[in-house]
Amino acid sequence: MAGILLPLLPLAGLLAAALLWAAGAGWLGAVTPVAASFSPGPTVDALLQLLQGRDLWEHVALSLQRVAVGLVIALLLGIPLGVLTGLSPLFSRTTTPLFQFARMISPLSWMPIAVMVLGVGDAPVYFLLAFAAVWPILLNTAAGVAQLDPNWLLLARSLSATRRETLLRVILPGITAHILTGVRLAIGIIWIVLVPAEMLGVSAGLGYFILDARDRLAYSDLMAAILVIGFLGYLLDHAARSLHRRWLHA
Amino acid sequence: MNRPLAEAAVIRCAGQTPAVLEACGLSYAHAGIGTIFEGVSLAVRRREIVALLGSSGCGKSTLLRVLAGLEQPATGSVSFLGEPLASPHPRSALVFQQPSLLPWLKLADNVGFGLDFAHQPRAGKEALQGRVAAAIEAVGLKGREAAYPAQLSGGMAQRAALARALAREPELLFADEPFSALDAITRAEMQDLLVDVVHRWHSAVLLVTHDIDEAILVADRILLMGGRPGHLAQEWTVDIPRPREDHPEAVTALRLSILGALRHASL
Ligand SMILES: Nc1ncnc2c1ncn2[C@@H]1O[C@H](COP(=O)(O)OP(=O)(O)OP(=O)(O)O)[C@@H](O)[C@H]1O
Ligand SMILES: [Mg+2]
Repeated sequence: MAGILLPLLPLAGLLAAALLWAAGAGWLGAVTPVAASFSPGPTVDALLQLLQGRDLWEHVALSLQRVAVGLVIALLLGIPLGVLTGLSPLFSRTTTPLFQFARMISPLSWMPIAVMVLGVGDAPVYFLLAFAAVWPILLNTAAGVAQLDPNWLLLARSLSATRRETLLRVILPGITAHILTGVRLAIGIIWIVLVPAEMLGVSAGLGYFILDARDRLAYSDLMAAILVIGFLGYLLDHAARSLHRRWLHA
Repeated sequence: MNRPLAEAAVIRCAGQTPAVLEACGLSYAHAGIGTIFEGVSLAVRRREIVALLGSSGCGKSTLLRVLAGLEQPATGSVSFLGEPLASPHPRSALVFQQPSLLPWLKLADNVGFGLDFAHQPRAGKEALQGRVAAAIEAVGLKGREAAYPAQLSGGMAQRAALARALAREPELLFADEPFSALDAITRAEMQDLLVDVVHRWHSAVLLVTHDIDEAILVADRILLMGGRPGHLAQEWTVDIPRPREDHPEAVTALRLSILGALRHASL
């Protein structure tokens, strides 16, 4: 019995949320009539409309591209710095307070400065996303290096492995599971930072779309975009998880 | 059967018998702890299984790493096949207490790991594959080549670790308590397997253990290490025919002799 119902529980949760949403919108609609367009019915209509058009897809593609660029920059910076932090106690001692400090600053607080320095356009968005994503990657990479099996390094040394062989054949694959954990956390953060980051200085992307829908007073479109953002974030997280599982062959 | 060690050491340092490994007057000091062992001289002859027996913390693992060329001694020298050893020799291999397989590689790739490294002797791809296949077959893992370490039991993983060492066709196998993490039944199987495969591979073994029975069942010669700093206290040549389980009196006599030495020597 429980075995049959268990897979249905997530659906039940979503259904409950939809009911609450309908009830909330209905109650709000009695106070402010415009709230009627927030309710599930008009939202789903708007969503279907948007999915059939080209606009939304272009915004989505652009946002996903920004996620990819931000993530790649964060990986290019975070992995080497993480390896260095994990391997060198001196570097780690020098940088840990700095990193912990920088990590706690909301990336969005850099936004005005980023726009001023980097100009309007994609550059400040890339900067904010990479800045948000680099910390989980760096810290997880360093933790991965610290947790490497010392016998693997001994094995590499017993094979007279060159530095390059040790790095490429033992250390990097040995920390990949940790890096993938970092990537998963980074994607979560990037996805959250993305929307507000796209609200300034760019003219496309999901964040822009939200603001644009507000300006057009197209509240059903706005709600539909929120659903799309949630769904895409879920998919991204799912992809990162399954990558992690596949690597471990568990 | 047993002789005073100082005399034996003198003979060995003279180096008249062809040995795979010879060490003379080794000592090792750790910056924080001080001297870990000193005055260690020993030799391992071709195809000989030597057990290095000693209590916890007396420096066996450190000595093994020095002998394997992974650490440099403070004094003394190590030679491998007659050449002074400065870094790990390609014809030596290591087995640890934990299998320490690389979890991202299939069993066959784990067994063949590092054979293609720059400082390893050049060999054709097919020759290497043959060595990997032979090693996997010898430890009884044929058919599991595509399995990942997470899918192997503890005993199977340690077999794979042994195969990884065999694939290097070692002249000398360094094993640091390789079976002490296994259950008693698996351990007995692995001890028999070790003796069997190293005989077939014509390898010598230096086996670190603190299990007296393991030393007696497996070794041709037993070196007792103890004290702080550690040193070699006594040695026994084990000439009991195999399988040694069939000679309980001789095994018991040797066991009592070792226990006596442990009790009387100030280890
Ligand atoms: N990296 C290290 N840091 C601190 N102490 C160490 C280190 N390596 C070795 N020691 C100390 O040096 C001594 C010898 O260690 P070693 O591991 O060689 O002993 P062992 O005989 O192999 O012990 P065991 O039977 O427990 O494996 C021990 O007292 C140990 O505590
Ligand atoms: Mg040890």
